[in-house]
Amino acid sequence: MDSALIPKGVKRAPLWQFILFLGAPGTVALWGVYAMLLCWFKGLNQTNMNDAYGFALWIWADLAVIAVGGGAFFSGLLRYIFGKDVLKSIINYAVLIGFICYSSALLILAIDIGQPLRGWFIFWHANVHSMLTEVAFCLSAYFCVLTIEYIPLILENRQIDKVPFFHKLGHNMHEIMAVFAATGAFLSFFHQGSLGGVAGVLYGRPFGFREGLFIWPWTFFLYTWSAAACGPCFTILVTKITEKVTRKKLVKDDAIEFLAKVSGWMILAYITAKTIDTWYWATVTAPSKGFALMDFYSNNPFYGIWILIVEVVVCGFVPALILITAKGRKNNKALWTAVILAVVGVCLNRWVMVLQVLAVPVLTFENWVMYIPSWQEIATTILPVAYGIILIAVSYRYLPVFPHEAELNPLEPSTAPEPESAAVELPVEPGQGLIPAEA
Amino acid sequence: MFPFSFEWIWDMGHVVFMGGLWYALTIIGLGMTYCIIKAALDTLKGNGDHHH
Repeated sequence: MDSALIPKGVKRAPLWQFILFLGAPGTVALWGVYAMLLCWFKGLNQTNMNDAYGFALWIWADLAVIAVGGGAFFSGLLRYIFGKDVLKSIINYAVLIGFICYSSALLILAIDIGQPLRGWFIFWHANVHSMLTEVAFCLSAYFCVLTIEYIPLILENRQIDKVPFFHKLGHNMHEIMAVFAATGAFLSFFHQGSLGGVAGVLYGRPFGFREGLFIWPWTFFLYTWSAAACGPCFTILVTKITEKVTRKKLVKDDAIEFLAKVSGWMILAYITAKTIDTWYWATVTAPSKGFALMDFYSNNPFYGIWILIVEVVVCGFVPALILITAKGRKNNKALWTAVILAVVGVCLNRWVMVLQVLAVPVLTFENWVMYIPSWQEIATTILPVAYGIILIAVSYRYLPVFPHEAELNPLEPSTAPEPESAAVELPVEPGQGLIPAEA
Repeated sequence: MFPFSFEWIWDMGHVVFMGGLWYALTIIGLGMTYCIIKAALDTLKGNGDHHH
């Protein structure tokens, strides 16, 4: 039914299977929307946030999706500024993933501010002394950049591309994409950094506080670096998952390997800097505020020293060492392990820097404050995941997200499209139909 | 926020923060304007480039 919209030379499941496939994420999304509406209409009393946890699950999710969405700006930088054409195979998908991550971050923020109708206040009544103002500026502007990078992909849809104006618009946008990519890298550098800077300037919270360079605490640079390092791993991870679900090879090996190699060296550099930062903080900064390292990791039911070891060693050095070796990158299981660990590592870092910072007692009469999110918080945090799956599925079906898909998955002569109607509406024989996973 | 807003103060914070935002938005806006106008002109001229 929708074969005229499907890219040329590729195979897609029948429409009914595609719609069936969307049922599960669609249901989860509806659950999330219901929780979102509860938060908007009844207020933030729907959450388990309190005076101790002004930042909670949402802000962690926000920081985490922004970090893993860093793959878009870093891949764009490599592709359009440094001219790494090997990434042509994956750049569209990196942009799509980045678009999903940043739109999700803005959605979460829209819920978190409680009164979204006043969201524009941060632009008009800006508090120029807040790093979060800079984050809001750069986040919004970078989302515009990602939208601009995503638009040409939409314009390449078979039917839209037939309209001369849209075809030329897409072509023109491709031509000056380097300008947008450079702007995106500039914006990303600052908002990723400022998110880290927020924890680093909390001089009343010795767990987060760091010294630094001029107005920027070391966490500013560590956040930017970790996003650039681990973001590409998330791009690889989602690509691999998509390949598993579609049972197709979608991206050339050299693109994955190149991205994994760069990511590996970036993670190694980042985790080395992180180790030095942690050591200096544990031996100099925290003691100067009256704290010993183990004060932050004891006398509570959850935050043990294990969390530091998992973040730095298991999810830091291990993936880095796998990815910098050719043997590790070429081994499928090792690659899967490395990218999963790297993504978990950066998410864990954000958790620690958002939630453990608030959990640690800072005064002698205080105790550790634990936090369990409400179901409304969980539902609204899962909402972006469902939204992401839906957008990826729709984009994959109707847009040429993977430019080498047709080349990597040549159609058998019997299923090859007619020259005039290039889209494939496969006849599904009884018992041999495409499984929903292929949708 | 613009310099003519009542809240505006001519200090480094406002100039750097708001200047940075306008700078980025200007590049994005000019870039898109260029693409749209060029696409419109090319379409009117009927330039035949139909494949990348």
